[in-house]
This record gives sequence, structure tokens and C-alpha cells, in this order.
Amino acid sequence: MTDPAIAVTGLRREFGERAALDGIDLSLPAGESLVVLGPNGAGKTTLLRILATLLRPSAGEVRVLGARLPGEAWKVRGRIGFLGHEPLLYRDLSGRENLRFHARLHGMTGGPAEARIGALLAAVGMERRADERIVELSAGMRQRLAICRCVLHEPELLLLDEPESNLDAEGRELARNLIGPAEERTRVVVTHDPERFLPDADRVLRLAVDGSAELTEAALR
Amino acid sequence: MTPSTVAFRTILGKDLRTELRTLQSLPAMTLFAVTTFVIFRFGLDRTSLSGSLAAGVLWATLLFAAVLAINRLFVAEREEGGFDAIRLAPIDRTALFAAKAAALFAYLVVLELIVVPVFAVFFLDSAAGLAPLAAVLLLADLGLAATGTLISSMAVNSRARDLLAPLVLLPLVVPLMIAATGASEPLLGVGGPAYDRFGTWLAVLGLYDLIFLLVGYAVFDFLLED
Repeated sequence: MTDPAIAVTGLRREFGERAALDGIDLSLPAGESLVVLGPNGAGKTTLLRILATLLRPSAGEVRVLGARLPGEAWKVRGRIGFLGHEPLLYRDLSGRENLRFHARLHGMTGGPAEARIGALLAAVGMERRADERIVELSAGMRQRLAICRCVLHEPELLLLDEPESNLDAEGRELARNLIGPAEERTRVVVTHDPERFLPDADRVLRLAVDGSAELTEAALR
Repeated sequence: MTPSTVAFRTILGKDLRTELRTLQSLPAMTLFAVTTFVIFRFGLDRTSLSGSLAAGVLWATLLFAAVLAINRLFVAEREEGGFDAIRLAPIDRTALFAAKAAALFAYLVVLELIVVPVFAVFFLDSAAGLAPLAAVLLLADLGLAATGTLISSMAVNSRARDLLAPLVLLPLVVPLMIAATGASEPLLGVGGPAYDRFGTWLAVLGLYDLIFLLVGYAVFDFLLED
């Protein structure tokens, strides 16, 4: 039996005296999709940022792709694709320049990097606008480029926070090819739109804000 | 892991490209420095300065011009998600410190290429001291770049960053400014440059640079943690 892609035990994260997450247990096998639901302030984004190595847990054990966080975070950086509320794109660079920047940080250079960038831009329908500065693009176009950035380095684990925000119907369909469910693609999706994402979910995690941070986990398939 | 040299070149290239495209730091620094020289010229009511007064006017102006760039050094990383992007990448994070310090060093060198000749036209009877002054400028720029990058990375997450950066930075660069003005004073003296204790002051500048480059290298990774 292989190790789960994500294994979380007794996770707690505090901001000052307030616990955003308290006693979270979670296991997600590789290749499965987890949908995280919950009201505003339930800690969904906090959970995602901890799994992405961007936040340190206050207590509990977190293992991602076999690495214990935060101590072994360096082992999984570069194997995670993170799509948060911000697109992580520099406003004064073009979409293509931004993707080149991220490709180089992930060790991708030269022809293979250019080919990958070109293919991703085509996949989200952004080839013709790729050389315009980010500040000149609409929110939906920025989100398309952010999705390209997220999958640019072909990560093993996708951590997606409201991945379809600002996307039109065409954009949602194009994005689905890159970040939708697929074999060998492990995903954690935070959403306020369960109807859209629950059909693809292998597991569901419900976070609650009722003082005790109630957690529900259920297998749908 | 991506090689640190690749990460360094990538981040530095991004910063220089952005500055060339937006001109957010250098024009403001230049305008500030030239305006300050004009104020000194009329405020002191002198058409010629030498020795310690010339060195003081030059370094006070360059230091406060540098603060303008230091305040903005990490703004894009903070406001456009660059910190997260860099923390997600398989790179040694000190590459960010090195690249930002190199960018700030480049801004200071370009600033000085423009404003030191202006300073000479406004205040100096002879330009003979400018050639040896270049060594002092470069060593002081390195120290300012190391210290400024360190302080800017700490201050950028504060809502009062415009206030915090100078408040923390200025006491830290007092030794640097003492050494820079000490080395510059005999170079800007009446009757041409002299070299009294010039080597000693350069050694002090070099030691300061080394200390703050090492401190930056040692602590920068921790500064990027949440």
C-alpha cells in the first residue's frame, strides 16, 4: 500500500488567540480529488496554504507527498501547483514573461520551457493576448494565466482555491482540461460552489465555524 | 532544486526589466537628489564646498535618496504575490536576498552616475577627487544594498513600512556613513584629493559590507517564513 498524498493528524493553526483550524484529521490517496467546503472564515484557505508550505501549522502532523511539514517543506516545493486568491503574476510583466519567470524558478529553461508555455497559453485560449501586460488584462484572463502558472511545472499535487473564479463558461471548460480530475492528478479544491465540484470529488471535507471547528469527511464514490 | 545562480539571474532580471518599464524608483531618487543639491546650494548660500561639508552634503543626499528605493524594493513581492511564488519554487531563498541587493546596488550606481557629476558642477572647484571617490561610492553602495534589502524585507509586511524602514535603517547605517564621509572628506578637500587614512576607511567600509552580507545570508530565509 502506498503512502497517501496528504496525511494530516490533529492539525491546529492559530492566528493570535483564535484557532482557524482545530484538530483536523485528513487522508487523501494519490490520484484522488478532495473538495473542501465551508462558510467564510472556516479555515479553508488556511488549510490550503499549510498544505502548500506557505503557512506553518501551530500543532499537529502534516505530511504532503511523503514529506513532513514544515521541516521537510523543501522536498515538496516544486511538486505542488498552488492556485490561490491572488494570481501570483507581476502586473508590469506580460503573461508570457510571467510564465517564463516561473518556469525558470522551477528549473525550466530554453526550448522545452518555451514549448510548454506556448502549449499552455493555447490550452487556455490566451496566445493572442500573452504579450500584453497583466495590468491590461481582465480578471478572467489573469485567472487563465494563473492556471497556466499553477500547472506549468507539471506538479503532482494541485491545491486550488476557488479555481473557476472570474472565469466565463468557455474559460471554465478550457481550465478543466488543465486542472480538472484526471488519472494521476491529486487535487484539493476549495470552493463555495459544491454543485460544480462535488460530482468530481472522491472525498469531501466540510469545515465549520461554530466555535469548535466541526469537521466532516465523507467518501462519495 | 533550481541552481541558485539561475534563480538569482531570474529575479534580478525581472526587477531590472520592471524598473526599466515602469521607472518607479530611479527617476524619483534622481529628482530627490538633484532637488536636495539645489536646496543645499541656496540654503547654505555657497557656490563651493569642500572637505567634511562637501562629504556630508553628498552622503546625506545619497542616503535619503536610497531610502526611496529601499521602501519600494519588495512592494511588488508583497502586493503581487511574488513572496508566495518564490516560496513555492524549489530555490534557495537567499537567491531573493542576493537578487534584491544586486538590484538596489544597480539603482544606486546609476543614481550616482547621474547625480555625482551634478554635485561636482554645483559645489566642487575641481573634479580631481571624483575618480578615487568611485571606490568609496561602490563600497558604500554595497553596504547600503545589503542593509537596505534586509530592512526592506522586514518592513514590507508592516502597514507602516514607509515609516519603519527609515527608522530601523538609519541607525544601522551610521557606521557606514561615518566611514563613507571619513573616506570622502580628504578626497574633496581644497587643493585636490588627499589620502589621509583613506585605506583605513575603505577597510571599515569593506568590513561593514561583509558583516551585513553575511547577516542577510544567514537570516533572510527566516524572514520569509509566515
